[in-house]
Amino acid sequence: MARLHVNGQVVDVEFDDDTPLLWVLREQLGLTGTKYGCGVAACGACTVHIDGMAVRSCVYPASAIGAEEQITTIEGLSEDGSHPVQEAWKELDVPQCGYCQPGMIMAVAGMLNNNPEATDEDTDTEITNICRCGTFQRVRRGVQLAKTKM
Amino acid sequence: MTNSISLSRRGFLISSGAAGLTISFLAGCAGADDNTPAAADLPPNPEVNAWVHIGRDDVVTIRIARSEMGQGTLTGLAQLVAEELEADWDKVVTEYPTPGENLARNRVWRDFSTGGSQGIRSSHQYVREGAAAARMMMVQAAANEWGVQVGECTVSKGVITHGPSGNELPFGAVAEAASQLDAPSDITLKDPSTWTIVGQPVARLDTADKVTGAQQYGADIVLDGMLLASIKAAPVRNATVASFDASAVEGMPGVVKVMQVGDNAVAVIADTWWRANKAVEALPVEWAGGDRFNSADFEAELDEGLTAEEAGIGNQGGDVDTAFANAAQIVEATYNLPFQSHAPMEPMNATALYTDESCEVWCPTQNGEAALAAASQASGLPIAQCEVYKQLLGGGFGRRGMSDYVAQAVLIAKEMPGTPIKLQWSREEDQRQGFYHPTTKARVRGALDEDGNLTGVNIRISGQSILAGIMPQAIVGGIDIATFQGLASPDNPRTADQSLKYTFPNFRIEHAMRTPPVRPGFWRGVNANQNAIYLECLMDELAVAAGRDPLEFRLAHLQDSPKSAAVLQAVADRSGWGSDDGKHRGLCAFYSFGSYTAACAEVTVDDNGQLKIDRIVAATDPGHAVNPQQIEAQVEGSFVYGLSAMLYGNVNFVDGEVQETNFDTYNVMRLSEMPEVETIVMPSGGFWGGVGEPTIAVAAPAVLNAIYAATGNRVRELPLNYRNLREA
Ligand code: FES
Ligand code: FES
Repeated sequence: MARLHVNGQVVDVEFDDDTPLLWVLREQLGLTGTKYGCGVAACGACTVHIDGMAVRSCVYPASAIGAEEQITTIEGLSEDGSHPVQEAWKELDVPQCGYCQPGMIMAVAGMLNNNPEATDEDTDTEITNICRCGTFQRVRRGVQLAKTKM
Repeated sequence: MTNSISLSRRGFLISSGAAGLTISFLAGCAGADDNTPAAADLPPNPEVNAWVHIGRDDVVTIRIARSEMGQGTLTGLAQLVAEELEADWDKVVTEYPTPGENLARNRVWRDFSTGGSQGIRSSHQYVREGAAAARMMMVQAAANEWGVQVGECTVSKGVITHGPSGNELPFGAVAEAASQLDAPSDITLKDPSTWTIVGQPVARLDTADKVTGAQQYGADIVLDGMLLASIKAAPVRNATVASFDASAVEGMPGVVKVMQVGDNAVAVIADTWWRANKAVEALPVEWAGGDRFNSADFEAELDEGLTAEEAGIGNQGGDVDTAFANAAQIVEATYNLPFQSHAPMEPMNATALYTDESCEVWCPTQNGEAALAAASQASGLPIAQCEVYKQLLGGGFGRRGMSDYVAQAVLIAKEMPGTPIKLQWSREEDQRQGFYHPTTKARVRGALDEDGNLTGVNIRISGQSILAGIMPQAIVGGIDIATFQGLASPDNPRTADQSLKYTFPNFRIEHAMRTPPVRPGFWRGVNANQNAIYLECLMDELAVAAGRDPLEFRLAHLQDSPKSAAVLQAVADRSGWGSDDGKHRGLCAFYSFGSYTAACAEVTVDDNGQLKIDRIVAATDPGHAVNPQQIEAQVEGSFVYGLSAMLYGNVNFVDGEVQETNFDTYNVMRLSEMPEVETIVMPSGGFWGGVGEPTIAVAAPAVLNAIYAATGNRVRELPLNYRNLREA
């Protein structure tokens, strides 16, 4: 039994030691906003925050999470979809199928936590998430729009 | 295992599943919006007709038969309905009727299949007529209530007004009475010049939940008591399971059942997917037989097809042999394009609940009715006892037109009657069990006379036929017409939306079918993607050989297709084609899926031969542009899909096994490689073309032609993989 801090809640949950955080979130905690895309840290669909830093949860063993570390998933990024990145995403209609977007949004929000002045070049180098629908152009615009709402 | 957070979503899913097999599901569900005080005591309104339900609270629920997978068809179709209905767009919501309801109601919603960029272009007529009929019935109901003539009534934004008296009734107040009226037989659709919702860049209806994680995909389904399954099918095509050692994994944590699925797969059912997948990966399996296919060896067969005596002719005119015999100059080149996998972000999945009396499936599918048929076949139950609940797709790209994963889920669930089972494929399984975009090669040839005029064009495609692989009944006279997308004859009604727009004095387009033991499939853009490379790189090569400007050279052969010329000219004008700014540009114009598209790419190739795609200007004329901002999104995304294939896409078979089993080896384009895309949406009206696919075709050729402009080297073999473009 491990104690995790997820989206401001304390949860006690049991899992095998090698279980990636992704599957604990999705299957044990019912937080299905975080997606499985590859399982090998190559696509970013599973991106969540640990203490505000974007991590790829599909290769992050849940057992490696410290007792005080705060996990934030897309469900906890804001109460009501009002985080500046979410607002920008709605305004620009960024998502197509949307499956990659929770990870994309968490990656962008994580980048802006560290670097509120992120430029297009920063976005290009830091956001390596895959989007097969091809929303990259609107993601780039969305980052700049989100900055104005922070 | 504790479950500290309980989700209200579970409750919802269970109830929708339980109500699923009855026809009253739709009316009951849509009426759930009725929570105004006045409506509280009344039963929910019945539907006005199959396309429209209007609640007593005036909420307009529009039924969408086609599948949404990111392409925006859900919002576009809703716009068409709302337009003819004269609805208040702010009150519109959508829902999917189920495939079972469609069958039970004599296919009132017609085709559920979603592919070929057909969502809007093949259904707009009957969808709009359905909406117009609903509007007429509501106006009639209002007129009846007032005892006035219909001709004295007008309707706007969901409110019917009687001109002389000024009386008003909202849709919600007349929907029930309207539903009792006979459907009108004489329906006139609105003139496009009067559209107020169609043609507007309205926001998608499905964005809000996609940014909060609330959006549910097939992969996210949770049903009460559900167990999880992971599967491993034979990694080599046509191999079967010889044996497997269940005892090796049965003791692993959470494992409930280890089983064979059909004759070619094994699966593990467990309490979580992570555990099921770990066990299936650890499960020792012996496979028997199978086609030990090597892509590398297939090259020789493709090469043989390039010059083989026999080939199917897809389109021809004039006397091409004489043109080549008399040519002053012949340009000839061979292009080589590899297998691709669809790789949608959401790997295949389906959730099935089997009992002795029923079989229900929750799945993302591009073809709900095919999924229903697969459920019936796999369960052995009559189709009337089966049902499919379509889920939003995390990408489709053609892959989810197939129902293999649905049949697997049902076969697995059948082993545990009464227990819902979610089958989730791993990414590796998804890559290994594809229906691959086939490899083709082409020998392209052009004949020029002494003055540099084009006198003959011959394109010989060699390679696999998709139709022969998955719809053999569509092969007529040994010819797969889909192979000729964008190069086909305008005279055949089945290929007119994929026809060659250049006027060539003498030409012949041929296909030598060469069939590897690989499952082929429709892949977003299908053969148009390859054919545009063949045709438009040849046109570029010919223009250079003739000493002519590639824009002028193309326009000189588009005299009979002013719409093609217009999109090409538009991208040339916007991009600065011909200007002396030192930029390297390449052009492409192509017609496919009923739409005219063109692109101009601007690239930089550095001293080390490294490519950077700086900018793309794209134009599209789809006839009617239902939602211009969504067309822009599709155009932008089309470059990601098309250029991913150009840069990286390659599925390589060694001993029958796919080598690229995840995104670390099957790479795709990222943000840093994304050029700025400027989209010109230029609807000329009068026809309905597709949007989701046609632009993909122009992506690679425009860039390849720009690479030539930058380096003097032609890339004729893909993927590029960032090889040194300065090396000839
Ligand atoms: S699922 Fe974690 S990076 Fe792809
Ligand atoms: S929006 Fe579909 S994969 Fe990104």
